[in-house]
Amino acid sequence: MEPILKVVHLTHIYGTGTPFERSAVEDMSFDVADGEFLGIIGHTGSGKSTLIQHLNGLLKPSSGQILLEGKDIWAEPKKIRDVRFRVGLVFQYPEYQLFEETVYKDIAFGPTNMGKTGDELDCCVREAARLVGIRDDQLEKSPFELSGGQKRRVALAGVLAMQPRVLILDEPTAGLDPAGRENLLANIRDYHRNKNGTVIMVSHSMEEVAQNVDRILVLKSARVLMQGTPKDVFCRADELLSAGLDVPQITRVAMALKERGLAVDPAVYTTEALERQLLTLRKGAAGC
Amino acid sequence: MLKDITLGQYFPGDTIAHRLDPRTKLLLVVLYIVGLFCADSGLTYGVMIAVFLTCARISKVGAKALVRGLKPVLLIIIFTGILNLFFTPGDYLFQFGVLHISRQGIKLAVQMVLRIMLLIMGTFLLTYTTSPIRLTDGLERLLGGLKKLHVPVHELAMMMSIALRFIPTLIEETDKIMSAQKARGADFESGNLFHKAKALIPILVPLFISAFRRADELAVAMECRCYHGGEGRTKLNPLKYAARDYWALACGAAVTAGVIVLGRFGF
Repeated sequence: MEPILKVVHLTHIYGTGTPFERSAVEDMSFDVADGEFLGIIGHTGSGKSTLIQHLNGLLKPSSGQILLEGKDIWAEPKKIRDVRFRVGLVFQYPEYQLFEETVYKDIAFGPTNMGKTGDELDCCVREAARLVGIRDDQLEKSPFELSGGQKRRVALAGVLAMQPRVLILDEPTAGLDPAGRENLLANIRDYHRNKNGTVIMVSHSMEEVAQNVDRILVLKSARVLMQGTPKDVFCRADELLSAGLDVPQITRVAMALKERGLAVDPAVYTTEALERQLLTLRKGAAGC
Repeated sequence: MLKDITLGQYFPGDTIAHRLDPRTKLLLVVLYIVGLFCADSGLTYGVMIAVFLTCARISKVGAKALVRGLKPVLLIIIFTGILNLFFTPGDYLFQFGVLHISRQGIKLAVQMVLRIMLLIMGTFLLTYTTSPIRLTDGLERLLGGLKKLHVPVHELAMMMSIALRFIPTLIEETDKIMSAQKARGADFESGNLFHKAKALIPILVPLFISAFRRADELAVAMECRCYHGGEGRTKLNPLKYAARDYWALACGAAVTAGVIVLGRFGF
């Protein structure tokens, strides 16, 4: 199947021609399949934010291409706005970009820019609000009266209302409490499952990525270090650790157990999987 | 893109110009400006240009950075030049309708353009070689006498350093908000003036809110550290004049006095 988003040899250099010249993205290539939930992890400064700003045309590549549904997004620079409607980008701390008098109007900002009006607009806004769990009576409130977690969900709805083909989230759970975090992740999972949308989530919490995504892209110093399913990636836990990245806590427990001589496979990233392994181990031992 | 603005940008360095006391530098700039406005002949302008070039050389600020500082006032410079060139009465060398070029006009235009350029670049030397903190420190001490007249000098200086400190932060914030709204299809480029003004609302509202939030947080943080204004407050790095400051001031005063005297005797 044709990938919905294809990044080909993407390079971005900041400050070309100045002494501060440095490349934030270097020769990255990867595909994003339609309907996939992709996680991007990497250190601060590994080029995550620069990369995702290329995917919806906010930054122009120094060299390389981004193909959206097979077409170079910069083929017609005048139509870059259409690309931004099809690739929705939710920035870090998106609640700081709310500006309208009511939640409803703020969510409607994106679709209105697309030229939607009347019932169609209303439909988009209400559906987006429903997806992130905002009640109808909250739609007429000022967004500034809401709590932090609710504000962030309004901001997410503001992007979902454009009904993008690809949704990109930059650290969507940063600064939320555990309950708010789980809530938001559930919203995103629901959206992914029910709408069959393509989701790209940037995060530096390994747990979050491991438990939610289908495939992981690991970045290190502006390059793609590895990509694959969570199992493939956490198999190479040693490499991750030596790259200065974390692995999920449970993977670390499994690695420690293996080091002490237990025959566990350290490539686990959920508590349940390790529990199952340990139970079979004990059964095996009892059987001897 | 917004980051390219230079506004009192400081270039860290370790030249004698960087090490001079900020008060000395402020006084030198005042002397320099007085000198510039008293200069009225080829000779005196030559002296001022030499002074400027020497200072630029000493402080090791690149010519590029200095010229870049002129960009925002380019329009004013051109406008001044043209006005003086065409509308100064005197011995006409050339006439075309209301436009005429006189010998005096040429002289005045060259002088005014030179004066503005030297003025801007000279003051830029000050901000290029002095960090904002030191600059406000120096200003506070220089204006210290006004405290007797109940002018809140310390508070004004504090406000100034906070404002300077937050310019880059706010520029970064504006960049971020612009990107976020662009991602939602906001269009800042096309449309007429009314549309463009309206397109600013999605940037300005979040920007103001975050500025107020930051101000609030900063105020709380300052209170937590028992900040209560200038009374009895000591400095981490108290300003102290060194021998080089007296020498610099003496040189500056001598040059300015020289320019004034030269002007008086009609050179």
